[in-house]
Amino acid sequence: MDLHVEGVKKVYGDGPTARLALDETSFTVESGQFISIVGPSGCGKSTLLMMMAGLLKPTAGGIRLGSTPISGPPPGVAVVFQDYGRSLFPWMTVGKNLSMAAAADKLPKAEVARRVDEALTAVDLAGTQALYPWQMSGGMQQRVAIARALVVEPTVMLMDEPLAAVDAQTRADLEDLVLALRDRYDMTVAMVTHDIDEAVYVADRVIVLAAHPGRLIADIPVDLGRRDQLTTKAEPEFVKRRAEVFTLVRRPAATSSAGSDAELDGRPSELKA
Amino acid sequence: MPDPSGATSTLTSAPPPPPAGDKAPTTRVPRRKRPFGRRLVSGVSSLWLLVAIAILWQVVATLSPTLYFPPLSKIFVQFGQDWFTGDPSSLFLSQHFFDAALPSLRRLAQGWGLALVVGIPVGILLGRSAVAAAMYFPFIRFWLAEPKSAIIPVAVQIFGIADSMNVFLIFVGTVGLIIVNTADGVAGVDRMTLQTARSLRISPFTLYRRVLVPAAMPGILTGVRVSIGVALILMVISELYATTAGVGYEILLNQQSFKFLQMWSAFLLIGVISVLLNVVLELIEKRVLRWQRREGLSGQ
Repeated sequence: MDLHVEGVKKVYGDGPTARLALDETSFTVESGQFISIVGPSGCGKSTLLMMMAGLLKPTAGGIRLGSTPISGPPPGVAVVFQDYGRSLFPWMTVGKNLSMAAAADKLPKAEVARRVDEALTAVDLAGTQALYPWQMSGGMQQRVAIARALVVEPTVMLMDEPLAAVDAQTRADLEDLVLALRDRYDMTVAMVTHDIDEAVYVADRVIVLAAHPGRLIADIPVDLGRRDQLTTKAEPEFVKRRAEVFTLVRRPAATSSAGSDAELDGRPSELKA
Repeated sequence: MPDPSGATSTLTSAPPPPPAGDKAPTTRVPRRKRPFGRRLVSGVSSLWLLVAIAILWQVVATLSPTLYFPPLSKIFVQFGQDWFTGDPSSLFLSQHFFDAALPSLRRLAQGWGLALVVGIPVGILLGRSAVAAAMYFPFIRFWLAEPKSAIIPVAVQIFGIADSMNVFLIFVGTVGLIIVNTADGVAGVDRMTLQTARSLRISPFTLYRRVLVPAAMPGILTGVRVSIGVALILMVISELYATTAGVGYEILLNQQSFKFLQMWSAFLLIGVISVLLNVVLELIEKRVLRWQRREGLSGQ
Protein backbone atom coordinates (compact mmCIF):
# COMPACT_ATOMS: atom_id res chain seq x y z
CA MET A 1 0.00 0.00 0.00
CA ASP A 2 1.26 3.46 -0.83
CA LEU A 3 1.86 5.81 2.05
CA HIS A 4 0.71 9.34 1.29
CA VAL A 5 2.03 12.27 3.32
CA GLU A 6 -0.23 15.19 2.42
CA GLY A 7 0.53 18.74 3.51
CA VAL A 8 1.60 17.58 6.94
CA LYS A 9 2.65 20.27 9.38
CA LYS A 10 3.55 20.08 13.04
CA VAL A 11 3.64 22.90 15.56
CA TYR A 12 4.68 22.14 19.14
CA GLY A 13 3.06 24.22 21.86
CA ASP A 14 0.93 27.27 21.20
CA GLY A 15 0.87 31.02 21.69
CA PRO A 16 4.16 32.90 21.81
CA THR A 17 6.17 29.75 22.65
CA ALA A 18 4.87 27.79 19.66
CA ARG A 19 7.61 26.18 17.65
CA LEU A 20 7.20 25.04 14.08
CA ALA A 21 8.85 21.63 13.94
CA LEU A 22 7.84 20.69 10.44
CA ASP A 23 6.38 22.89 7.75
CA GLU A 24 3.90 21.65 5.15
CA THR A 25 5.39 18.51 3.69
CA SER A 26 4.01 16.21 1.03
CA PHE A 27 5.36 13.08 -0.60
CA THR A 28 4.28 9.56 -1.37
CA VAL A 29 6.11 6.38 -0.54
CA GLU A 30 5.17 3.77 -3.07
CA SER A 31 4.45 0.24 -2.03
CA GLY A 32 7.65 -1.73 -1.55
CA GLN A 33 9.86 1.32 -1.69
CA PHE A 34 12.67 1.95 0.78
CA ILE A 35 13.06 5.61 1.63
CA SER A 36 15.43 7.25 4.00
CA ILE A 37 14.79 10.59 5.63
CA VAL A 38 17.85 12.71 6.37
CA GLY A 39 18.50 16.21 7.59
CA PRO A 40 20.37 18.15 10.24
CA SER A 41 19.18 17.92 13.82
CA GLY A 42 16.06 19.96 14.42
CA CYS A 43 14.72 19.34 10.92
CA GLY A 44 11.73 17.41 12.24
CA LYS A 45 12.65 14.05 10.73
CA SER A 46 11.71 12.09 13.83
CA THR A 47 8.56 14.17 14.20
CA LEU A 48 7.65 13.28 10.63
CA LEU A 49 8.21 9.58 11.24
CA MET A 50 6.17 9.60 14.47
CA MET A 51 3.30 11.19 12.58
CA MET A 52 3.57 8.51 9.90
CA ALA A 53 3.42 5.95 12.72
CA GLY A 54 0.24 7.53 14.09
CA LEU A 55 1.99 8.26 17.38
CA LEU A 56 1.83 12.01 16.87
CA LYS A 57 -1.02 14.09 15.48
CA PRO A 58 -0.18 16.51 12.67
CA THR A 59 -1.24 20.11 13.34
CA ALA A 60 -2.40 20.32 9.73
CA GLY A 61 -2.60 17.97 6.79
CA GLY A 62 -2.89 14.24 6.99
CA ILE A 63 -1.34 10.89 6.22
CA ARG A 64 -3.04 8.05 4.41
CA LEU A 65 -2.07 4.43 4.17
CA GLY A 66 -3.65 3.38 0.89
CA SER A 67 -7.03 5.05 1.23
CA THR A 68 -7.22 4.89 5.03
CA PRO A 69 -6.35 8.05 6.93
CA ILE A 70 -3.97 7.42 9.84
CA SER A 71 -5.37 8.64 13.13
CA GLY A 72 -3.56 6.31 15.52
CA PRO A 73 -1.05 3.48 15.23
CA PRO A 74 -2.52 1.57 12.26
CA PRO A 75 -2.44 -2.21 11.90
CA GLY A 76 0.30 -3.48 9.63
CA VAL A 77 2.64 -0.62 10.47
CA ALA A 78 5.56 -1.47 12.74
CA VAL A 79 7.92 0.98 14.39
CA VAL A 80 11.55 0.45 15.39
CA PHE A 81 12.80 3.06 17.82
CA GLN A 82 16.31 4.35 18.17
CA ASP A 83 16.60 3.60 21.85
CA TYR A 84 16.29 -0.18 21.90
CA GLY A 85 17.35 -0.26 25.56
CA ARG A 86 14.21 1.60 26.54
CA SER A 87 11.87 0.28 23.91
CA LEU A 88 12.26 -3.40 24.73
CA PHE A 89 10.38 -4.30 27.92
CA PRO A 90 13.11 -5.34 30.36
CA TRP A 91 10.76 -7.44 32.54
CA MET A 92 9.92 -9.69 29.62
CA THR A 93 12.07 -12.30 27.95
CA VAL A 94 12.87 -11.89 24.28
CA GLY A 95 10.08 -14.35 23.45
CA LYS A 96 7.51 -12.43 25.50
CA ASN A 97 8.65 -9.12 24.03
CA LEU A 98 8.00 -10.47 20.58
CA SER A 99 4.70 -12.20 21.27
CA MET A 100 3.51 -8.96 22.89
CA ALA A 101 3.60 -7.37 19.44
CA ALA A 102 1.09 -9.93 18.18
CA ALA A 103 -1.26 -9.45 21.15
CA ALA A 104 -3.34 -6.82 19.38
CA ASP A 105 -3.99 -9.11 16.43
CA LYS A 106 -5.52 -11.86 18.60
CA LEU A 107 -3.76 -14.65 16.72
CA PRO A 108 -3.80 -18.29 17.79
CA LYS A 109 -0.96 -19.23 20.11
CA ALA A 110 0.74 -21.55 17.65
CA GLU A 111 0.74 -18.88 14.97
CA VAL A 112 2.30 -16.36 17.35
CA ALA A 113 4.99 -18.88 18.30
CA ARG A 114 5.68 -19.57 14.65
CA ARG A 115 6.00 -15.88 13.82
CA VAL A 116 8.24 -15.22 16.81
CA ASP A 117 10.44 -18.08 15.73
CA GLU A 118 10.55 -16.88 12.15
CA ALA A 119 11.29 -13.28 13.13
CA LEU A 120 14.13 -14.29 15.42
CA THR A 121 15.55 -16.55 12.73
CA ALA A 122 15.33 -13.70 10.24
CA VAL A 123 17.51 -11.50 12.46
CA ASP A 124 19.86 -14.41 13.17
CA LEU A 125 18.84 -14.78 16.80
CA ALA A 126 17.00 -18.10 16.60
CA GLY A 127 16.51 -19.82 19.93
CA THR A 128 17.01 -16.77 22.14
CA GLN A 129 13.38 -16.64 23.36
CA ALA A 130 14.29 -17.37 26.99
CA LEU A 131 16.92 -14.63 27.33
CA TYR A 132 16.24 -11.26 28.90
CA PRO A 133 17.24 -8.20 26.85
CA TRP A 134 19.86 -7.20 29.41
CA GLN A 135 21.68 -10.45 28.78
CA MET A 136 22.40 -9.36 25.21
CA SER A 137 24.76 -6.91 23.56
CA GLY A 138 23.49 -3.64 22.11
CA GLY A 139 23.52 -4.91 18.54
CA MET A 140 21.60 -8.02 19.55
CA GLN A 141 19.03 -5.95 21.43
CA GLN A 142 18.41 -3.80 18.38
CA ARG A 143 17.97 -6.95 16.30
CA VAL A 144 15.39 -8.11 18.84
CA ALA A 145 13.62 -4.78 18.46
CA ILE A 146 13.62 -5.26 14.68
CA ALA A 147 12.35 -8.83 15.09
CA ARG A 148 9.52 -7.54 17.26
CA ALA A 149 8.49 -5.26 14.41
CA LEU A 150 8.48 -8.26 12.07
CA VAL A 151 6.14 -10.32 14.23
CA VAL A 152 3.09 -8.37 13.04
CA GLU A 153 4.20 -9.16 9.46
CA PRO A 154 3.98 -5.48 8.63
CA THR A 155 3.36 -3.96 5.25
CA VAL A 156 5.13 -0.81 6.39
CA MET A 157 8.13 -0.59 8.68
CA LEU A 158 9.12 2.78 10.13
CA MET A 159 12.55 3.09 11.68
CA ASP A 160 13.70 6.03 13.77
CA GLU A 161 17.51 6.15 13.65
CA PRO A 162 17.57 2.43 14.39
CA LEU A 163 21.33 2.10 13.97
CA ALA A 164 22.51 5.28 15.65
CA ALA A 165 23.46 3.59 18.90
CA VAL A 166 25.48 0.63 17.67
CA ASP A 167 29.12 0.32 16.67
CA ALA A 168 30.27 0.65 13.06
CA GLN A 169 30.70 -3.07 12.32
CA THR A 170 27.29 -3.96 13.78
CA ARG A 171 25.85 -1.05 11.90
CA ALA A 172 27.06 -2.30 8.54
CA ASP A 173 25.67 -5.76 9.31
CA LEU A 174 22.32 -4.31 10.36
CA GLU A 175 22.07 -2.18 7.20
CA ASP A 176 22.31 -5.33 5.11
CA LEU A 177 19.98 -7.14 7.46
CA VAL A 178 17.31 -4.47 7.08
CA LEU A 179 17.64 -4.62 3.30
CA ALA A 180 17.31 -8.40 3.35
CA LEU A 181 14.27 -8.19 5.62
CA ARG A 182 12.60 -5.71 3.32
CA ASP A 183 12.78 -8.29 0.51
CA ARG A 184 11.89 -11.23 2.72
CA TYR A 185 8.83 -9.60 4.29
CA ASP A 186 7.98 -7.52 1.21
CA MET A 187 7.69 -4.28 3.17
CA THR A 188 7.61 -0.59 2.51
CA VAL A 189 10.32 0.95 4.69
CA ALA A 190 10.94 4.49 5.86
CA MET A 191 14.09 5.01 7.85
CA VAL A 192 15.19 8.17 9.59
CA THR A 193 18.94 8.58 9.88
CA HIS A 194 21.49 11.32 10.35
CA ASP A 195 24.13 9.33 8.51
CA ILE A 196 24.30 10.36 4.85
CA ASP A 197 26.25 7.29 3.69
CA GLU A 198 23.72 5.07 5.31
CA ALA A 199 20.80 7.01 3.87
CA VAL A 200 22.10 6.59 0.32
CA TYR A 201 23.27 3.01 0.83
CA VAL A 202 19.95 1.54 1.96
CA ALA A 203 17.35 3.59 0.17
CA ASP A 204 15.64 3.76 -3.22
CA ARG A 205 14.92 7.38 -2.44
CA VAL A 206 16.35 9.92 -0.06
CA ILE A 207 14.07 12.58 1.38
CA VAL A 208 16.15 15.54 2.53
CA LEU A 209 14.81 17.91 5.15
CA ALA A 210 16.19 21.28 6.20
CA ALA A 211 15.96 22.72 9.70
CA HIS A 212 14.40 25.82 11.28
CA PRO A 213 11.77 25.25 10.32
CA GLY A 214 11.85 21.62 9.29
CA ARG A 215 10.77 21.24 5.67
CA LEU A 216 11.31 19.04 2.66
CA ILE A 217 13.98 20.42 0.35
CA ALA A 218 14.82 17.52 -1.91
CA ASP A 219 13.64 14.10 -2.99
CA ILE A 220 16.53 12.23 -4.54
CA PRO A 221 16.20 8.87 -6.31
CA VAL A 222 19.01 6.37 -5.83
CA ASP A 223 19.53 3.77 -8.53
CA LEU A 224 21.96 1.25 -7.16
CA GLY A 225 20.58 -2.25 -7.57
CA ARG A 226 21.82 -4.87 -5.12
CA ARG A 227 23.87 -3.37 -2.32
CA ASP A 228 27.20 -4.61 -1.15
CA GLN A 229 29.24 -3.08 1.64
CA LEU A 230 32.48 -3.53 -0.30
CA THR A 231 31.65 -2.30 -3.79
CA THR A 232 28.47 -0.19 -3.60
CA LYS A 233 30.11 2.74 -1.88
CA ALA A 234 32.64 3.00 -4.70
CA GLU A 235 30.06 3.09 -7.50
CA PRO A 236 29.74 6.39 -9.38
CA GLU A 237 25.98 6.55 -8.66
CA PHE A 238 26.60 6.21 -4.92
CA VAL A 239 29.34 8.84 -4.94
CA LYS A 240 27.19 11.24 -6.93
CA ARG A 241 24.07 10.82 -4.79
CA ARG A 242 26.09 10.99 -1.63
CA ALA A 243 27.65 14.30 -2.69
CA GLU A 244 24.23 15.63 -3.64
CA VAL A 245 22.67 14.77 -0.30
CA PHE A 246 25.74 15.93 1.56
CA THR A 247 25.61 19.37 -0.05
CA LEU A 248 21.91 19.72 0.72
CA VAL A 249 22.23 18.69 4.34
CA ARG A 250 25.27 20.86 5.02
CA ARG A 251 24.01 23.95 3.19
CA PRO A 252 22.97 26.74 5.56
CA ALA A 253 19.19 26.74 5.87
CA ALA A 254 18.83 30.36 4.70
CA THR A 255 20.09 29.68 1.20
CA SER A 256 18.13 26.49 0.62
CA SER A 257 15.70 26.44 -2.25
CA ALA A 258 12.42 25.78 -0.47
CA GLY A 259 10.16 27.60 -2.87
CA SER A 260 7.02 27.13 -0.82
CA ASP A 261 8.28 29.15 2.13
CA ALA A 262 6.85 32.45 1.02
CA GLU A 263 3.22 31.42 0.99
CA LEU A 264 3.16 30.10 4.53
CA ASP A 265 1.51 32.10 7.20
CA GLY A 266 1.24 31.78 10.94
CA ARG A 267 4.79 30.53 11.18
CA PRO A 268 6.60 31.88 14.22
CA SER A 269 9.09 34.06 12.41
CA GLU A 270 11.96 34.09 14.87
CA LEU A 271 12.80 30.48 15.40
CA LYS A 272 15.58 30.08 17.83
CA ALA A 273 18.45 28.07 16.52
CA MET B 1 19.55 -24.01 18.16
CA PRO B 2 19.62 -24.07 14.37
CA ASP B 3 23.00 -23.39 12.86
CA PRO B 4 23.29 -19.59 12.66
CA SER B 5 25.03 -19.71 9.33
CA GLY B 6 22.18 -21.84 8.00
CA ALA B 7 19.73 -19.21 9.20
CA THR B 8 21.73 -16.53 7.45
CA SER B 9 21.73 -18.31 4.15
CA THR B 10 17.92 -18.23 4.02
CA LEU B 11 18.08 -14.46 3.68
CA THR B 12 17.83 -13.32 0.13
CA SER B 13 20.91 -11.17 0.07
CA ALA B 14 22.88 -13.17 2.63
CA PRO B 15 24.63 -10.58 4.80
CA PRO B 16 27.97 -11.62 6.26
CA PRO B 17 27.56 -13.64 9.45
CA PRO B 18 27.88 -11.55 12.60
CA PRO B 19 31.24 -11.52 14.34
CA ALA B 20 31.82 -14.41 16.69
CA GLY B 21 31.49 -12.21 19.76
CA ASP B 22 27.98 -11.32 18.75
CA LYS B 23 26.65 -14.90 18.70
CA ALA B 24 23.51 -15.50 20.65
CA PRO B 25 24.02 -17.32 23.93
CA THR B 26 21.30 -19.94 24.11
CA THR B 27 21.53 -20.74 27.79
CA ARG B 28 21.12 -18.54 30.81
CA VAL B 29 24.28 -17.20 32.30
CA PRO B 30 25.18 -19.48 35.23
CA ARG B 31 25.56 -17.67 38.54
CA ARG B 32 29.01 -18.34 39.96
CA LYS B 33 28.85 -19.45 43.55
CA ARG B 34 31.18 -17.60 45.86
CA PRO B 35 33.85 -19.77 47.48
CA PHE B 36 33.06 -21.12 50.94
CA GLY B 37 35.74 -19.06 52.68
CA ARG B 38 34.33 -15.82 51.33
CA ARG B 39 30.82 -16.75 52.35
CA LEU B 40 32.00 -17.66 55.84
CA VAL B 41 33.71 -14.31 56.21
CA SER B 42 30.68 -12.36 55.03
CA GLY B 43 28.42 -14.46 57.28
CA VAL B 44 30.59 -13.77 60.32
CA SER B 45 30.96 -10.09 59.54
CA SER B 46 27.22 -9.61 59.28
CA LEU B 47 26.42 -11.41 62.52
CA TRP B 48 29.27 -10.39 64.83
CA LEU B 49 27.50 -7.44 66.44
CA LEU B 50 24.41 -9.47 67.25
CA VAL B 51 26.56 -12.20 68.79
CA ALA B 52 28.67 -9.68 70.71
CA ILE B 53 25.61 -8.03 72.23
CA ALA B 54 24.17 -11.41 73.20
CA ILE B 55 27.40 -12.45 74.91
CA LEU B 56 27.73 -9.10 76.68
CA TRP B 57 24.14 -9.35 77.91
CA GLN B 58 24.67 -12.91 79.12
CA VAL B 59 27.90 -12.06 80.96
CA VAL B 60 26.64 -8.85 82.60
CA ALA B 61 23.30 -10.40 83.59
CA THR B 62 25.03 -13.42 85.14
CA LEU B 63 27.67 -11.40 87.03
CA SER B 64 25.31 -8.80 88.48
CA PRO B 65 21.78 -10.18 88.42
CA THR B 66 18.92 -7.72 88.27
CA LEU B 67 15.21 -8.35 88.08
CA TYR B 68 14.78 -6.40 84.84
CA PHE B 69 17.47 -8.01 82.71
CA PRO B 70 17.50 -11.77 83.25
CA PRO B 71 20.31 -13.69 81.50
CA LEU B 72 19.66 -14.25 77.82
CA SER B 73 19.90 -18.02 78.23
CA LYS B 74 16.93 -17.95 80.59
CA ILE B 75 14.99 -15.74 78.20
CA PHE B 76 15.59 -18.25 75.43
CA VAL B 77 14.37 -21.09 77.63
CA GLN B 78 11.28 -19.06 78.51
CA PHE B 79 10.83 -18.25 74.83
CA GLY B 80 10.78 -21.96 74.01
CA GLN B 81 8.38 -22.74 76.84
CA ASP B 82 6.04 -19.90 75.99
CA TRP B 83 5.68 -20.41 72.28
CA PHE B 84 7.07 -23.78 71.18
CA THR B 85 5.59 -26.45 73.42
CA GLY B 86 2.76 -27.41 71.10
CA ASP B 87 2.05 -30.43 68.91
CA PRO B 88 4.04 -31.22 65.82
CA SER B 89 0.68 -30.95 64.04
CA SER B 90 0.61 -27.22 64.84
CA LEU B 91 4.26 -26.69 63.93
CA PHE B 92 5.16 -27.04 67.65
CA LEU B 93 3.49 -23.71 68.31
CA SER B 94 1.87 -23.61 71.73
CA GLN B 95 -1.71 -22.71 72.59
CA HIS B 96 -0.30 -19.61 74.21
CA PHE B 97 1.18 -18.59 70.86
CA PHE B 98 -2.21 -18.87 69.20
CA ASP B 99 -3.88 -16.92 72.00
CA ALA B 100 -1.33 -14.14 71.98
CA ALA B 101 0.13 -13.86 68.48
CA LEU B 102 -2.79 -14.86 66.32
CA PRO B 103 -4.95 -11.83 67.20
CA SER B 104 -2.02 -9.56 66.40
CA LEU B 105 -1.29 -11.27 63.10
CA ARG B 106 -4.95 -11.25 62.16
CA ARG B 107 -5.17 -7.50 62.74
CA LEU B 108 -1.98 -6.98 60.79
CA ALA B 109 -3.26 -9.07 57.89
CA GLN B 110 -6.59 -7.27 57.84
CA GLY B 111 -5.30 -3.72 58.22
CA TRP B 112 -2.25 -4.02 56.02
CA GLY B 113 -4.00 -6.30 53.53
CA LEU B 114 -6.80 -3.77 53.13
CA ALA B 115 -4.19 -1.01 52.70
CA LEU B 116 -2.59 -3.00 49.86
CA VAL B 117 -5.90 -3.76 48.19
CA VAL B 118 -6.95 -0.10 48.34
CA GLY B 119 -3.55 1.59 48.06
CA ILE B 120 -2.13 -0.09 44.97
CA PRO B 121 -5.09 0.56 42.63
CA VAL B 122 -5.53 4.11 43.96
CA GLY B 123 -1.81 4.72 43.54
CA ILE B 124 -1.92 3.46 39.96
CA LEU B 125 -4.81 5.79 39.14
CA LEU B 126 -3.10 8.77 40.77
CA GLY B 127 0.12 7.93 38.94
CA ARG B 128 -1.69 7.89 35.60
CA SER B 129 -3.72 11.05 36.02
CA ALA B 130 -2.03 14.37 36.71
CA VAL B 131 -5.43 15.87 37.55
CA ALA B 132 -6.25 13.22 40.14
CA ALA B 133 -2.75 13.53 41.57
CA ALA B 134 -3.14 17.30 41.94
CA MET B 135 -6.51 16.77 43.63
CA TYR B 136 -5.49 14.17 46.18
CA PHE B 137 -1.76 14.42 46.74
CA PRO B 138 -1.81 17.46 49.06
CA PHE B 139 -4.13 15.62 51.42
CA ILE B 140 -2.16 12.38 51.21
CA ARG B 141 1.13 14.17 51.88
CA PHE B 142 -0.39 15.91 54.89
CA TRP B 143 -1.63 12.55 56.07
CA LEU B 144 1.83 11.02 55.64
CA ALA B 145 3.37 13.73 57.81
CA GLU B 146 0.94 13.15 60.66
CA PRO B 147 2.43 10.75 63.27
CA LYS B 148 -0.09 7.94 63.23
CA SER B 149 0.33 7.10 66.91
CA ALA B 150 -1.37 10.43 67.62
CA ILE B 151 -4.56 9.00 66.16
CA ILE B 152 -4.81 6.15 68.65
CA PRO B 153 -6.97 8.08 71.13
CA VAL B 154 -9.23 9.18 68.28
CA ALA B 155 -9.46 5.63 66.99
CA VAL B 156 -10.34 4.35 70.46
CA GLN B 157 -12.96 7.07 70.66
CA ILE B 158 -14.53 5.86 67.44
CA PHE B 159 -14.14 2.09 67.67
CA GLY B 160 -13.76 1.46 71.38
CA ILE B 161 -11.43 -1.26 72.64
CA ALA B 162 -12.02 -3.66 69.75
CA ASP B 163 -10.08 -5.34 66.97
CA SER B 164 -11.50 -2.85 64.50
CA MET B 165 -9.54 -0.10 66.27
CA ASN B 166 -6.21 -1.87 65.68
CA VAL B 167 -7.14 -2.77 62.11
CA PHE B 168 -8.22 0.79 61.40
CA LEU B 169 -5.00 2.19 62.79
CA ILE B 170 -2.80 -0.16 60.74
CA PHE B 171 -4.84 0.62 57.64
CA VAL B 172 -4.70 4.40 57.89
CA GLY B 173 -1.07 4.26 58.90
CA THR B 174 0.08 2.32 55.85
CA VAL B 175 -2.31 3.10 52.99
CA GLY B 176 -0.77 6.51 52.29
CA LEU B 177 2.74 5.06 51.99
CA ILE B 178 1.52 2.46 49.54
CA ILE B 179 -0.41 5.01 47.47
CA VAL B 180 2.48 7.46 47.23
CA ASN B 181 5.11 4.87 46.32
CA THR B 182 2.85 3.19 43.79
CA ALA B 183 1.91 6.52 42.20
CA ASP B 184 5.58 7.50 41.99
CA GLY B 185 6.39 4.18 40.35
CA VAL B 186 3.60 4.53 37.78
CA ALA B 187 4.29 8.19 37.03
CA GLY B 188 7.95 7.36 36.53
CA VAL B 189 7.36 4.78 33.82
CA ASP B 190 9.57 5.66 30.85
CA ARG B 191 7.84 7.71 28.14
CA MET B 192 9.54 5.49 25.60
CA THR B 193 7.96 2.41 27.18
CA LEU B 194 4.50 3.93 26.81
CA GLN B 195 5.15 5.02 23.24
CA THR B 196 6.33 1.53 22.35
CA ALA B 197 3.22 0.05 23.94
CA ARG B 198 1.06 2.44 21.92
CA SER B 199 2.77 1.52 18.68
CA LEU B 200 2.08 -2.16 19.44
CA ARG B 201 -1.62 -1.25 19.68
CA ILE B 202 -2.19 -3.26 22.83
CA SER B 203 -5.50 -2.97 24.67
CA PRO B 204 -5.82 -0.77 27.77
CA PHE B 205 -6.20 -3.86 29.95
CA THR B 206 -3.03 -5.42 28.55
CA LEU B 207 -1.28 -2.08 28.90
CA TYR B 208 -1.97 -2.05 32.63
CA ARG B 209 -1.37 -5.73 33.26
CA ARG B 210 1.67 -6.38 31.11
CA VAL B 211 3.34 -2.96 30.87
CA LEU B 212 2.38 -0.34 33.46
CA VAL B 213 2.20 -2.55 36.53
CA PRO B 214 5.42 -4.46 35.81
CA ALA B 215 7.24 -1.23 34.95
CA ALA B 216 6.00 0.34 38.19
CA MET B 217 6.70 -2.79 40.23
CA PRO B 218 9.91 -1.49 41.83
CA GLY B 219 7.97 1.49 43.20
CA ILE B 220 5.02 -0.64 44.25
CA LEU B 221 7.25 -3.05 46.14
CA THR B 222 9.07 -0.20 47.84
CA GLY B 223 5.71 0.88 49.23
CA VAL B 224 4.99 -2.68 50.33
CA ARG B 225 8.32 -3.02 52.09
CA VAL B 226 8.26 0.36 53.81
CA SER B 227 4.67 -0.06 54.90
CA ILE B 228 5.15 -3.46 56.56
CA GLY B 229 7.56 -1.82 59.01
CA VAL B 230 5.04 0.87 59.86
CA ALA B 231 2.27 -1.72 60.07
CA LEU B 232 4.25 -3.74 62.63
CA ILE B 233 4.95 -0.66 64.73
CA LEU B 234 1.28 0.32 64.73
CA MET B 235 0.23 -3.23 65.50
CA VAL B 236 2.34 -3.22 68.66
CA ILE B 237 1.63 0.38 69.72
CA SER B 238 -2.11 0.00 69.39
CA GLU B 239 -1.90 -3.13 71.55
CA LEU B 240 0.15 -1.35 74.18
CA TYR B 241 -2.46 1.36 74.35
CA ALA B 242 -5.68 -0.54 74.53
CA THR B 243 -6.48 -4.16 73.87
CA THR B 244 -7.19 -7.45 75.58
CA ALA B 245 -4.95 -9.77 73.57
CA GLY B 246 -1.94 -9.66 71.30
CA VAL B 247 1.85 -9.66 71.46
CA GLY B 248 2.04 -6.00 72.48
CA TYR B 249 -0.49 -6.69 75.19
CA GLU B 250 1.70 -9.61 76.39
CA ILE B 251 4.67 -7.30 76.86
CA LEU B 252 2.64 -4.74 78.76
CA LEU B 253 0.84 -7.30 80.93
CA ASN B 254 4.05 -9.10 81.90
CA GLN B 255 5.89 -5.87 82.57
CA GLN B 256 3.11 -4.65 84.83
CA SER B 257 3.03 -7.96 86.72
CA PHE B 258 6.84 -8.06 87.09
CA LYS B 259 7.17 -11.18 84.91
CA PHE B 260 10.25 -9.92 83.14
CA LEU B 261 11.24 -13.27 81.67
CA GLN B 262 7.87 -13.51 79.95
CA MET B 263 8.07 -9.87 78.92
CA TRP B 264 11.39 -10.43 77.17
CA SER B 265 10.11 -13.63 75.65
CA ALA B 266 7.19 -11.72 74.10
CA PHE B 267 9.60 -9.03 72.97
CA LEU B 268 11.70 -11.66 71.23
CA LEU B 269 8.63 -13.15 69.56
CA ILE B 270 7.77 -9.78 67.99
CA GLY B 271 11.33 -9.53 66.74
CA VAL B 272 11.18 -12.99 65.19
CA ILE B 273 7.83 -12.31 63.53
CA SER B 274 9.09 -9.01 62.10
CA VAL B 275 12.28 -10.51 60.75
CA LEU B 276 10.38 -13.41 59.17
CA LEU B 277 7.90 -11.07 57.48
CA ASN B 278 10.70 -8.92 56.12
CA VAL B 279 12.63 -11.91 54.84
CA VAL B 280 9.55 -13.26 53.07
CA LEU B 281 8.90 -9.87 51.46
CA GLU B 282 12.51 -9.60 50.39
CA LEU B 283 12.34 -13.03 48.75
CA ILE B 284 9.14 -12.08 46.94
CA GLU B 285 10.74 -8.82 45.78
CA LYS B 286 13.83 -10.61 44.50
CA ARG B 287 11.70 -13.09 42.63
CA VAL B 288 9.33 -10.51 41.10
CA LEU B 289 12.12 -8.10 40.15
CA ARG B 290 14.59 -10.68 38.90
CA TRP B 291 14.51 -8.97 35.52
CA GLN B 292 16.13 -5.97 37.16
CA ARG B 293 19.54 -7.62 37.35
CA ARG B 294 20.76 -5.42 34.56
CA GLU B 295 24.38 -5.36 35.53
CA GLY B 296 26.78 -7.78 33.86
CA LEU B 297 26.94 -8.90 30.23
CA SER B 298 25.80 -6.01 28.07
CA GLY B 299 26.86 -3.47 30.69
CA GLN B 300 25.03 -0.68 28.93
